[in-house]
Amino acid sequence: MSYNFIELFSIISLILGCFFILSGSLGLIKLPDVFSRIHAAGLIDTLGSGFIVLALIIYSGFSLLSLKLVLIPIFLLFTSPVTSHAISLFAYESGHKPKAKIKK
Amino acid sequence: MIFFLTLSILGISVFMCLVRAIKGPTPFDRILSISSIGTIIAIGISVHGFAFNRPDFVDISLMYVLLNFLGTIAILRYYKIKNKKTNVI
Repeated sequence: MSYNFIELFSIISLILGCFFILSGSLGLIKLPDVFSRIHAAGLIDTLGSGFIVLALIIYSGFSLLSLKLVLIPIFLLFTSPVTSHAISLFAYESGHKPKAKIKK
Repeated sequence: MIFFLTLSILGISVFMCLVRAIKGPTPFDRILSISSIGTIIAIGISVHGFAFNRPDFVDISLMYVLLNFLGTIAILRYYKIKNKKTNVI
């Protein structure tokens, strides 16, 4: 199996995106609190989608399609902080406090 | 072939988010988990389009991201109307 250089770069970027999405959803299970789970969900929205879309852009070459592909992380970059901020503000107003203890 | 591997990993991570959506103690966990599932599916649609040599699915994926955001904000506003003592969003 001999890969082209561009395909190799695309495969590396896909593997990085898969790693970030898998670790983000693992953190969504394992972390103890709402406010720390928001951090794990933000990992999926920014780095996972960013690396996978970068891999698709490199694989397809630069055309009109890559413009549409670039628009997906840009929209996620605008909408993900708004969602995270709304969820965390409403959870804090509704009476949930962070559970984490600070080690001295 | 690498796209099918990516699709299977995305499916595994959707199920891992679904565990939190079923088990989550507060409603905010469920809202956050459904939002993450929406993002993963929106990426998966576009990867699926590349896996089967039909890249037109990118438009559907772009629409899905925006509808996911609107859905999350709509659920949060519904939750605000339901118990009126707090005043956010």
